[in-house]
Amino acid sequence: MANPVESQIKPYTMNFGPQHPAAHGVLRLVLEMDGEIVERADPHIGLLHRGTEKLIEYKTYIQAMPYFDRLDYVSPMSEEHSFVLAAEKLLGITPPKRAQHIRVLFAELTRILNHLLNVTTFAMDVGALTPALWGFEERELLMEFYERVSGARMHANYFRVGGVHQDLPAGMLDDIEAYAAKFEKFVDDVEGLLTANRIFKQRLVDIGIVSGDEALAWGFTGPVLRASGIPWDLRKAQPYDTYAEYDFDVAIGKTGDCYARYLVRVEEMRQSNRIVQQAIAKLRQTPGPIKVDDRKIAPPPRGDMKRSMESLIHHFKLYTEGYHVPAGETYTATESPKGEFGVYLVSDGTNRPYRCKIRPTGIAHLQGVDFMSRGHMLADAVAIIGSIDVVFGEIDR
Amino acid sequence: MADFLALHLGLPLAGATLLAIILKILVITVPLLIAMAMMTYMERKVLAAIQLRQGPILVGPFGLLQPFADGLKLLTKETIIPAGANRAVFLIAPMLTFIMALIAWAVIPFGEGLVLSDLNVGVLYLFAISSLGVYGIIMSGWASNSKYAFLGGLRSAAQMVSYEVSIGFVIITVLLCVGSLNLSDIVRAQSHVWFCIPLFPMFVVFFISALAETNRAPFDLPEGESELVGGFHTEYSAMTFALFFLGEYISMLLMSGMTSVLFLGGWQPFPFLGFIPGPLNLIIKILLLMFVFIWVRGTLPRYRYDQLMRLGWKVFLPFSLIWVILTAGFLVYFDKLPH
Repeated sequence: MANPVESQIKPYTMNFGPQHPAAHGVLRLVLEMDGEIVERADPHIGLLHRGTEKLIEYKTYIQAMPYFDRLDYVSPMSEEHSFVLAAEKLLGITPPKRAQHIRVLFAELTRILNHLLNVTTFAMDVGALTPALWGFEERELLMEFYERVSGARMHANYFRVGGVHQDLPAGMLDDIEAYAAKFEKFVDDVEGLLTANRIFKQRLVDIGIVSGDEALAWGFTGPVLRASGIPWDLRKAQPYDTYAEYDFDVAIGKTGDCYARYLVRVEEMRQSNRIVQQAIAKLRQTPGPIKVDDRKIAPPPRGDMKRSMESLIHHFKLYTEGYHVPAGETYTATESPKGEFGVYLVSDGTNRPYRCKIRPTGIAHLQGVDFMSRGHMLADAVAIIGSIDVVFGEIDR
Repeated sequence: MADFLALHLGLPLAGATLLAIILKILVITVPLLIAMAMMTYMERKVLAAIQLRQGPILVGPFGLLQPFADGLKLLTKETIIPAGANRAVFLIAPMLTFIMALIAWAVIPFGEGLVLSDLNVGVLYLFAISSLGVYGIIMSGWASNSKYAFLGGLRSAAQMVSYEVSIGFVIITVLLCVGSLNLSDIVRAQSHVWFCIPLFPMFVVFFISALAETNRAPFDLPEGESELVGGFHTEYSAMTFALFFLGEYISMLLMSGMTSVLFLGGWQPFPFLGFIPGPLNLIIKILLLMFVFIWVRGTLPRYRYDQLMRLGWKVFLPFSLIWVILTAGFLVYFDKLPH
C-alpha cells in the first residue's frame, strides 16, 4: 500500500511558444517538465490557420496557385509542384519536356533553399550562430533566381498547370551553373563548422531517436523518414516530371536521431546540386515550348493577342473563367523538401476545385514531438523541433 | 598622491587621502566603462566579420558611436517591473551584478605599482568577488517570478559554482609556483617565463572555465535563447537590463585580465617587443583574449546543461586536482618551492 503521506509532485508546466525564439513560427508547445526533463510535450496548432483549403474551393485553378506558395513559405515551388501535377492528371495533359526540366530544376533549387534554412537554423537552435548567417547569404542568391523567373523572391507562383509561366530569361542557366559550381564549397564550409564538431555531436547524437517502424507508423516522410533508414523517396519510387532521367542518390540515415536527420539534409543538398547541374545540361539540349500548346489551358503569347482576335478571347476567358477540369479525383504527391506533400483534388467538372485537401508534411512530424522528446531535456526538445523541420504555414494551412 | 593633493590644494590630509582614492577609482572605472562599451562594438564587429556581415556602420564613423547610442536608448526606456515580481530584490539584483563585476578591478595590477589596492590576498579577494556575482543572478531569476528566468537563474548558479571549483584549483597551481597571493607578485614571478608555458593545460582549463564563469558561448545556456528566451534576464528591460549587460562584459574583461595576470605575464612585455610600456601590454593581452571569447562564440554550438555539468565536475575538476598534486610534487621533489 502506498504511503498515505506521500504526495504527488505536480510537474512544472511550461509554455513553449508561440512567442518563443526557438518555436519555429507559431508553435505552441505545452511542456510538462520534471526539472529539466520533458515528461510530456503537447503541441498546439492552428495559430496560423487561414482556411486555405476552403478558399481554394472558391477560386479557379489558376487563382488557386498562389495559395500553395503561402503554405510552406520556405519551399514555395515544391508546393506548387504537387498542385500542378494533380490538376494535369485530371486534365490528362503532359507539359512539354523543357517545362518539366525547368520544374525539376526549380524543385531542386527549392530543396536547397529549404534545407539551407533548416540546417542552419537547426544549428542556431543548438547554439551555433554563424551557419545561419552564412545560409541566409546563400538563400539570398537562390531567391534572386526565383525573382528572375517569376518576379517574386518568395511567393513565386511560377509553375502552371501545363508547364511554367514563362521561359528562363537569357543567361540565367549560366548564372545557376556558376552558383551550383560554388555550392559544394559552401556546404563543405558549413559542414566544417558543424558535422565533426564535438559539441554539435554531443547535442544531437542519440537525441529524439525514431526507429524505422515508428517512423512508418506515425506517417513520417521525407528526410525524417529517411534518417530512420527507410529508403523512400517519391522522386525515385514514383518519379514525376522527368525525375526518372536524372542520376542522383537518396540519402539514408542509420540511427534515426537528430544527427542523422541533419546528415541526411546535408547530403540531400549535395544531391540536389547534382540534379541542378544535370538539369542545366538537359535544358541546354531541350529548347522548345514551356507550356502546353492548348489555348484552353495555357494563355497565348502576348504577341498573338495583338493580332489574333481568337487569342484575345482565349486570354480573356482563361483569366476570368479559367478552364474546366473533367470530373474526377486524384491524390498526387511530390517529394517536397520536408517530405511527401500531397494534394487530394476533387473536380466536379467546373472551373473550380470541388475539394482540395492538402496533406502537409510537417503535421505528421509534429505529432511525433511528444514521443521523441519524452525523457529528454528541455534543450533536446528544442533540437528535436529543429530537426523535424516544421513550418506552420503548411501545418495550420 | 595624497601628499601632493594636500600640499597643492590645501586640504586636510584625511580629505586629501579620500580624494586621492576617489580619483584613483575614477581613473580605473571610467576607462573601464568606456572599454566595456567599445567591447560591445568589438564583439558586434568581429562577430559580423565571422558571419559575413558588416555589423554597425551607421552611427558615427564606422559605427563607432553605436554602443553609446544603444546605452542612451536603454537609459531612456521605461523600466518594466513584472506584476508578480519582488520589487526590491528585482532591482537590487542587476546592481549587485554590476557592482561585483566592477569592484574586482581594484586588485588588478596594470603595471609595476599601478594598482588601486595592492592586497596581499588579491587572488582570494578576486575569487570571493566572482563567487558573489552569482547572487545577482539567483536573485534576478527568483525575483522575476517567471519560469524562464527561474530556470535560467538556477542553471546559471549551478554552472558558476561548478566552474569556480576548477578555477580554484587552477589558481592553487599558480600560487604554488609563486608563493604569494599578491597579484603583482604573481606578475613579477613571470618575468622569465609566462606561466602559460609550464602550466599550459591549466591555462586552457582556466580559460574554458572563464567562459563558463562569465556565461559565454559555448556555456551561455543560462541565457540560451533557444530554450529559455533570455534566461535570468528575460524580464529585465531598460537600465536594469543594461546593468546585467554591462556586468557581463566587465566580467569578461575581468576574466581576460585574470587570465593575463595569472598566465600571460600581466604587464610583462611580449618577447622581442620590450619597448611597449607596461600597462599597454596588459591591455593588448586582454584584447587578444577578448577576441578569443568572441571567436568562440562565433564558432561553437551550445552545451546542454547536463553535459556542461559533466565537463565541469568529471573532467575539469579531477584534471586540475591531479595537476595540483603533480605541480606540488614536482616543486617539492626538485626543491623549487618559492620561499
